[in-house]
Amino acid sequence: MRYSYYPGCTLKTMAKIYEDTALSTAKALGLNLTEIKEWQCCGALYPLNTEEIFSFFSPVRALLQARAGGEDKLLTLCAGCYNVFKRTNKAVREDGELRRKINDYLEDDYIGEVEVVHYLEVLKNDVGFAFLAERVKKKLTGRKLAPYYGCLLLKPWAEMDLDDVENPTIFENFLTALGATVVDYPYKTECCGSYLSMANEDIASAAVGRILVSAYKNGAEAFVVACPLCKYNLEEYQKELFAAGREPQLKLPVVYFTEILAEALAL
Amino acid sequence: MKRIGVFICWCGSNIAGTVDIDKVAAAAGTMNGVVYVDQNKYTCSEIGQAMIKDAIKEYKLDRVVIAACSPRMHENTFRKTVESAGLNPYYLEIANIREQCSWVHKDKEAGTAKAISLIRTAVAKAAMNEALFAVEMPITRRALVIGGGIAGIQAALDIADTGFEVDLVEREPSLGGRMAQLDKTFPTLDCSACILTPKMVDVAQHEKIRLFTYAEVEKVEGYLGNFTVTIRHRARSVDLQKCTGCGECLAKCPAKVASEFEEGLVQRRAIYTPFPQAVPNKPAIDRAHCRFFTTGKCKVCQKVCPADAIDYEMEDRLLTNGYGAIVVATGFDTHKLNDYGEYAYGKHPDVLTSLEFERLLNASGPTGGKILRPSDGKAPKTVAFIQCVGSRDKAKGNSYCAKICCMYTAKHAILLSEKVPGSKAFVFYIDVRTAGKDYEEFYTRAYEECGASYIKGNVSKVFPEGEKLLVRGVDVLSGALVELLVDMVVLAVSVDARADAKELAKKLAVTVNEHKFFTEAHPKLRPVDTQTAGIFLAGVCQGPKDIPETVAQASAAAVKVAAIFSKQSLLSNPTVAEVEQKLCSGDMSCMAVCPYGAISEQVVEERRGREMVTRKIARVNVALCQGCGACTVACRPGAINLKGFTNQQILAEVDAICL
Repeated sequence: MRYSYYPGCTLKTMAKIYEDTALSTAKALGLNLTEIKEWQCCGALYPLNTEEIFSFFSPVRALLQARAGGEDKLLTLCAGCYNVFKRTNKAVREDGELRRKINDYLEDDYIGEVEVVHYLEVLKNDVGFAFLAERVKKKLTGRKLAPYYGCLLLKPWAEMDLDDVENPTIFENFLTALGATVVDYPYKTECCGSYLSMANEDIASAAVGRILVSAYKNGAEAFVVACPLCKYNLEEYQKELFAAGREPQLKLPVVYFTEILAEALAL
Repeated sequence: MKRIGVFICWCGSNIAGTVDIDKVAAAAGTMNGVVYVDQNKYTCSEIGQAMIKDAIKEYKLDRVVIAACSPRMHENTFRKTVESAGLNPYYLEIANIREQCSWVHKDKEAGTAKAISLIRTAVAKAAMNEALFAVEMPITRRALVIGGGIAGIQAALDIADTGFEVDLVEREPSLGGRMAQLDKTFPTLDCSACILTPKMVDVAQHEKIRLFTYAEVEKVEGYLGNFTVTIRHRARSVDLQKCTGCGECLAKCPAKVASEFEEGLVQRRAIYTPFPQAVPNKPAIDRAHCRFFTTGKCKVCQKVCPADAIDYEMEDRLLTNGYGAIVVATGFDTHKLNDYGEYAYGKHPDVLTSLEFERLLNASGPTGGKILRPSDGKAPKTVAFIQCVGSRDKAKGNSYCAKICCMYTAKHAILLSEKVPGSKAFVFYIDVRTAGKDYEEFYTRAYEECGASYIKGNVSKVFPEGEKLLVRGVDVLSGALVELLVDMVVLAVSVDARADAKELAKKLAVTVNEHKFFTEAHPKLRPVDTQTAGIFLAGVCQGPKDIPETVAQASAAAVKVAAIFSKQSLLSNPTVAEVEQKLCSGDMSCMAVCPYGAISEQVVEERRGREMVTRKIARVNVALCQGCGACTVACRPGAINLKGFTNQQILAEVDAICL
């Protein structure tokens, strides 16, 4: 199986470690990733105003670039890109009017044919967690890790269709395959505050506080995430809560799942 | 040439207001074969009918056209009229100039023209009407009731009380159904078991009722008055004749499994009676969980049984009986919560369904009637009730309202305040629906006297927070987000049709709606009948309803059955399909479309040139045929005709309108 790989803006800057560990672990697992040429922004947010078709051009062009590469599937890492691409694909497939307008403008014939997958999904379906467990060189025995899904990987459920939206298991099964102890807590699919960290910090801070306390009370030593924005919010607001002396006075490291994977594969 | 009489009805001003009767009468007089035209203010009145009879005799009419209301209204009346004047009742034709003309038009000129063309159509058809004769069929005067909940129990008792025989088939080892699981009933708070169990005993003791528990309907054949039904009597592994119901075996059985009756809150044994007041109060062995049947070793129950009633060798028995009518009363399933992960059901033991909560309230339930948290056995001080879980939810659940949840939630809130002093109920609702006698007053009592707080809004998520549950929702009246820390959450689960309702419908040749509830023949005027003659519905299998409605429907079904049985014989409907042998190609398209299973294959011998050949053709069972006409459309060679509505008659009607 060959994959075209779409990094997205954050993975080349703030989340460089996410990309580095993803690429090195993929290589170690025998996955063939080709970064698509001259990729452009995914659009960052899925356009909710469906009459505003301009917002669709960016993700569709990115998907067209992937199609030009000719690989089987398009692999993404950032949960935001994954969310935008998957929902754009669904809209293009199901809304004939939207499809016609987009293609008229871009002078192309995209019908939603590029299959978009998340790296976690590839690990589950193409690599297989059982196979992955065999490849683990350094088992993460005794490590109490809290998977944090956030919202973009799973919601809206009818469009994302990655896992059970309220009781997902893909992250848990991944961590179990690496030998870690999975911490279950009720806030794992709650919003991290998202871009409210720029508009209304109190809301984002409160959201992070709840997630943090819940994970900590259930015994977590670290968060494992798949989204640069989740990582940013979890880290920044922990720092702030700590510095301001506000409850909760906690500090839990936040790591990408690829970092944990690289560690387990002893890379 | 036929001698046709046309009778035009004014229907007071109903027709005469929009249709110029004199003009219509003049036009009718010029139509082919019409020898007599008359008009009357009310043709259906005694005077109107006498006028028709007199005219038939005086003018030697041999076909009659009545231009009046819909045939649904008075066709039967007028058939009797022409019959009493010595004509075959099927010589009558009705032109519907009320519902299909005067009522839907305002322009008198156009209405008049349309009435004329409708009468011309009817005249053209009437000229081709043939005499048709109903066939007498015998009746088997024994009813089958499927389902032993309150609906089936009531229907069986009411039929049996009229003196006719009834067989009652129940899938579980005991009668009782859902009502047996309930604690108190709204709006009077009388105890469910106290009003149900005497009826269960009545069924068991009634001389006209044969009770088959642990049994299911396997196959249904036949038609109104003469159904043949095969019942699978599942191997109970306990000889009901020998068993004394002492309960020795129940205590000693080592295999445990979640109790269906207790909604999985406690375990039962593999040999079990579902609940203490079971009828019959004798156990059955659940072979899927029995240690002997799964491992080949154990036989403890046999050792302890003082009556030697355990029989591991028992096999399923198939019993075939004849029935004249069937009442379907198979009840409902509660909605599965797989798509409602946000409510933490199954993740936290103190999130319960309403039926589980009902068992906690019940004195014979797992807590002896005390409301205690499954997690730590403490009484909850605060309980959040979430309504419409799976109801009124097009995205994930049922689009319909389950109808009973508002009332039972009010009941739960009232009982909570009585059983746990100082406790507090919070009820999240979309709308509170309390249409029913004394229902609104009952709901009012919940919030006025019992202190329940009603919050209009949905709950987005329930978070287990240590021992407590954080309920996050919205109060849409204030627009505020609501977060409540409570001790228990009760989900008012929706009502689904039985998971296997479709399979049963197929066996019975009745239909289900998109939600798998059995379809009634008419939503208002025939709510108890199905489209298949002789099969009736009672209770929630037809659609969500509460106990009083269920009982009323069951009694209605019983009357329908008794009405059939009180006749000497049944007259078949003569407007049935008929196969013309020489045109039938035997491709059996008709059989595929027949909703009543009335068409079968038949082998016939024919002379072709000099030799005799055999071939298959279609055959119509006139007792099963309901005259829908689907086969006549499917038949490519046009070999199948519906009597009274033949292709030739219909073409004559089309010609009369178009030419």
